[in-house]
Amino acid sequence: MGIRERMSGNEAVAHAIKQVNPDVMAAFPITPSTEIPQMVSTFIANGEIDTEFIPVESEHSSMSATMGACAAGARAITATSSCGLAFMWEVLYVAASDRLPVVMAVVNRALTGPININCDHSDSMGARDSGWLQIYAETNQEAYDNYIQSFRIAEHPDVRLPMMVCQDGFITSHAVMNIELIEDEKVKNFVGTYNPENYLLNADMPMAIGPYANSPFYMETKMNQRIAMKNAKKVILEVAKEFEKISGRKYGLFEEYKMDDAEYAIVIMGSAAGTTKDAVDALRAEGIKAGMIKIRVFRPFPGEELAAALSKVKAVAILDRAESFSGQGGPVGSELKAALMDAGVSAKAVNYFYGLGGRDYTVGDAEKVYRNLIDMTENGKKLEQFKYIGLRK
Amino acid sequence: MSQPTDVLEINEKSPYYDITPGNQIYGGGGAKKFNTGEWRTETPVIDWDKCTHCLLCTPCCPDSCIPVKDGKREDFDYDHCKGCGICSKVCSFGAITMKEGI
Repeated sequence: MGIRERMSGNEAVAHAIKQVNPDVMAAFPITPSTEIPQMVSTFIANGEIDTEFIPVESEHSSMSATMGACAAGARAITATSSCGLAFMWEVLYVAASDRLPVVMAVVNRALTGPININCDHSDSMGARDSGWLQIYAETNQEAYDNYIQSFRIAEHPDVRLPMMVCQDGFITSHAVMNIELIEDEKVKNFVGTYNPENYLLNADMPMAIGPYANSPFYMETKMNQRIAMKNAKKVILEVAKEFEKISGRKYGLFEEYKMDDAEYAIVIMGSAAGTTKDAVDALRAEGIKAGMIKIRVFRPFPGEELAAALSKVKAVAILDRAESFSGQGGPVGSELKAALMDAGVSAKAVNYFYGLGGRDYTVGDAEKVYRNLIDMTENGKKLEQFKYIGLRK
Repeated sequence: MSQPTDVLEINEKSPYYDITPGNQIYGGGGAKKFNTGEWRTETPVIDWDKCTHCLLCTPCCPDSCIPVKDGKREDFDYDHCKGCGICSKVCSFGAITMKEGI
């Protein structure tokens, strides 16, 4: 049986790090992820773990040190948020193309500007094309569970890609909730030790990492990254199955909530899924067939699987917590709409924005989205795209 | 542990599936197989009448292009010399001059 506790999302991730006891953590503090390296430092100071902590002068350095340690053969981690993630930009792409399975806890926070410390997904969404795996959590429990699973996914020989384990800043990272922890030994056995086939500190086989790859090699390198990303889908599901055996908790590429007979759906990611579930329950009580899909894995994007799950709905609202200013919607909206079109799904699909910079998204807001879908489908209301939910006007 | 990579087998005709993950190259010394000296824009030339074989130039060469045999230096390894000119600067006897071109 697991251990009943109550803790914040940051505490949950720090606890998972303590259980994994990685070789190296290089980090620079930034709200709202600061607590993670702070707590890990405390574990190290107390002699509870023997992780080598590298205090660096910036996030560019923390990502560089993390990927350097990983290349050397260490299980290496870091944590960041917002502008810290943006400052890592250059190195994110290097870690991915060098196929270094570093794990990074991302506590999502709006990118400046205007300067803002609250949750949205603009930080990790900005890094969506960097070649990193991305997984998102609704609750502290999911942040903890995803974090434990991430090492097995990132380090799998068919994958070997870096991974961001994301949770919503303050909403999940700082709010204290009940949680069921897994016993230390079970976590250690599940995660295992990191034994890379090749690493820089192996004197028996010197190696080069990150050689120059100009036009004759660049596209082939990207193709290999794409294949690894595609392989990750299967590995994520396999790891989830094994995780269920030690935890009793089921995970997939996304979670479907009352989708079996749903006519109207919201697709959303992160903590706001909980709010949306309450709206689904309220509408179901009125006899409205509402359902919800919460995307857990955003990279690789489960486009075909989502399209299949949405193939029978009348209308779907895809909710983005990051603006992209394309005029064609946010990252989740544009990718999912493209997937729906490719799969020939004819449901009406709208893409709205919510919660930017930490703006509240309430059960009432979610209910309005569903009623709007009904109006567009049943009552001839004109389809309106790209609305900001909760915008003052 | 992987086998040493045969860097000559990975070339501009290799399909993507023959390229190692992350383009990693296993086993050292791969650069020996390539004529990297073609990058050079200046070329060191030794005047054997002035050279005293003090051997200060050899350890200063960042590309190990000044071979030594039986206590005496030999001519430059022009296949790998990049023409940086450090050997010319450190030579106390003015025995190494940099000529323009390859």
